[in-house]
Amino acid sequence: MGDLVFDVAHLLAGGMVVVSFLLLYQGRMYALLNMFALHAALLSAAVAWQALTQDAAHLFVSAAIALVFKAIVIPAALHRIVERLGIHRAIEPVVGVGLTMLAGTVLVALSILVMLPITLASDALAREELAFALSVVLLGLLMMITRHNAVSQVVGFMSMENGLVLAAAGARGMPLVVEFSVAFSILIAFIVIGIFLFRIRERFDTVDLQALDQFRGERR
Amino acid sequence: MSGTWKSGVAGVLLIPALAAALLAVIPDYRWGARINVAAAALTALVALSLFVAGTGGDDYLLIDDLNVVFVALSTFVGFTTSVFSATYIAHELETGRLTPLYLRFYHAMYQILMFSMNLALVANNIGLMWVAIEMATLTTVLMVGIYRTHEALEAAWKYFILASVGIALALFGTILIYVAAQPVVGEGLPAMAWTTLSGSAHLFDPALLNLAFLFLLIGYGTKVGLAPLHAWLPDAHAEGPTPISAVLSGLLLNVALYALLRFKILLAANAGAVAPGPLMVALGLGSLVFAAFLLYRRRDIKRFFAYSSVEHMGICTFAFGMGGALANFAGLLHMTMHSLTKSAIFFAVGHIAQVTGTQRMEGIRGLTVSHPALGWGLVFGVVAIAGLPPFGLFTSEFLVVTSTFARAPYLAVPLGLGLLIGLGALLLRLQQVAFGAPLAQTQPARASLVPLYAHLALVFLCGVYLPRAVVDWFQHVAARLG
Repeated sequence: MGDLVFDVAHLLAGGMVVVSFLLLYQGRMYALLNMFALHAALLSAAVAWQALTQDAAHLFVSAAIALVFKAIVIPAALHRIVERLGIHRAIEPVVGVGLTMLAGTVLVALSILVMLPITLASDALAREELAFALSVVLLGLLMMITRHNAVSQVVGFMSMENGLVLAAAGARGMPLVVEFSVAFSILIAFIVIGIFLFRIRERFDTVDLQALDQFRGERR
Repeated sequence: MSGTWKSGVAGVLLIPALAAALLAVIPDYRWGARINVAAAALTALVALSLFVAGTGGDDYLLIDDLNVVFVALSTFVGFTTSVFSATYIAHELETGRLTPLYLRFYHAMYQILMFSMNLALVANNIGLMWVAIEMATLTTVLMVGIYRTHEALEAAWKYFILASVGIALALFGTILIYVAAQPVVGEGLPAMAWTTLSGSAHLFDPALLNLAFLFLLIGYGTKVGLAPLHAWLPDAHAEGPTPISAVLSGLLLNVALYALLRFKILLAANAGAVAPGPLMVALGLGSLVFAAFLLYRRRDIKRFFAYSSVEHMGICTFAFGMGGALANFAGLLHMTMHSLTKSAIFFAVGHIAQVTGTQRMEGIRGLTVSHPALGWGLVFGVVAIAGLPPFGLFTSEFLVVTSTFARAPYLAVPLGLGLLIGLGALLLRLQQVAFGAPLAQTQPARASLVPLYAHLALVFLCGVYLPRAVVDWFQHVAARLG
């Protein structure tokens, strides 16, 4: 039984990392959203498995939130938004697929190298979950940096957040996981409503302050 | 004695929560403003009672010597800002920038913001604190975007995305703290409570603590507005309603810094963990120097003072990074003084933007001639924020500089340089805006000057005479910070 517990948890969390990689290079909007739904479904399964093995009933609530809200409602809503904004056909030029994948691989290696040695005190299951979760978080961050479109940035953010829920579920006996899921769901709902209401197509450059200043006439 | 702190905490949480519910259903904006002021005043009074109610904590909530100062400061500035806001919004309504419906929303949001900031401060549970800070972020995002102009929406969106990423990283750090604590403290709520964490932090795995602090520093550092994570801050300050700029600068940045301080105590208690000091010193110094240079290129008056907030948060973070009784004392004093002064400046700036009809500094001239009370209020505020005597910020900056000279002289050079560069920019702009011949087209001021001058009087008082009791209190807290 012990091996099965470990293997299934490993499989599901590892699957999330793989899907995170798939998210990185999706060019078409609909494909991206479908991939994200898969990501959230895997998260839901992983959390449910943790609930079962840890005997923690409250985690089932988190799993249910992940499945209903993130795997079904949000992708469906984003589908409609993409349609309304007329960006469904736009094949987004992802900046250098090869380079992005390489960076992603480096990030995964980094998170494993960082997490595994320092969590020796924890049990093997929690260690692997944390290493996978950090990979998913970093890959989500990478996606937010490399994408230029608000919808795919939001998908990056949500995949990052999936990694956080995975980490919280993996930490044995952690309280408030459900509250975190709810808080994040509210956050994401706001983001999605924001995109819809204000028809934000492009991301706003957050790094290049100079360009913004110029736009405002702040420079002479 | 054990029950009294609980009723006080219940007061600072329930009053804003109930007021928010009430304000959401009251259609008349005048009554809304009055109830807003009354609720904020009541909360501030209850917060003062916490000083005598003693300390204590349970699984979720906590009152100790550190957070009681911040709760009192927060609720006091919340109250004065609500007074300022009452006159400010009347003008916004006349000019049609806001409608009564939006004001109803605005007042309810204001109280929810007060609730979530108080919750973040009194939370004993690191997870609860995280939820509260997220809630405060969401409410401020909505308020920043309330004018619904293109610029306001853009600022709100940018703030939203950057702050969300920041708090997501902070959550990962929070989870790691739990993972570090769980083998020592055991599963469940105690492994997330400050009271148990700080008692057993010396037993935690140092490497996990290091990693956790890194995430927390980047995460909450984004909310503090430390460079290079500050990109949201100037826009959010410039495009939202001015009362919100005052609350953002005066309170929300403090709350995020308070969270960092709490985690710093954990690291300081663990001998094997990396010292959090150098990281905070580097970030703080970087923010100070960076913001000081950028001050020269600002053309928008609210944006200008937002960069000044980045600068001052840098000074506070630097002081806490230096550590030791004196620098911590200076940092705490600086946080308090900066809150009071910066919100006073935003009170003045809000009315100035209304009477001149612009936020661009070239459109503002000779304020001391055209609107003496307002203009001189701004002059005093800027003199105070520049760190000149006789105001309280001079005391705290002086202490930061001298303690740095005593312990790490090579750091004092960039510190002093940053302060002087910032000072130059402030005085340069002040001279352009406040003096000279006024431009013709200004409206008469209908400003509420009481909050503005009350804050300045307090800052002045702390500059010339700090009561013994206050000094003792700050010293006591500073010693705990390590």
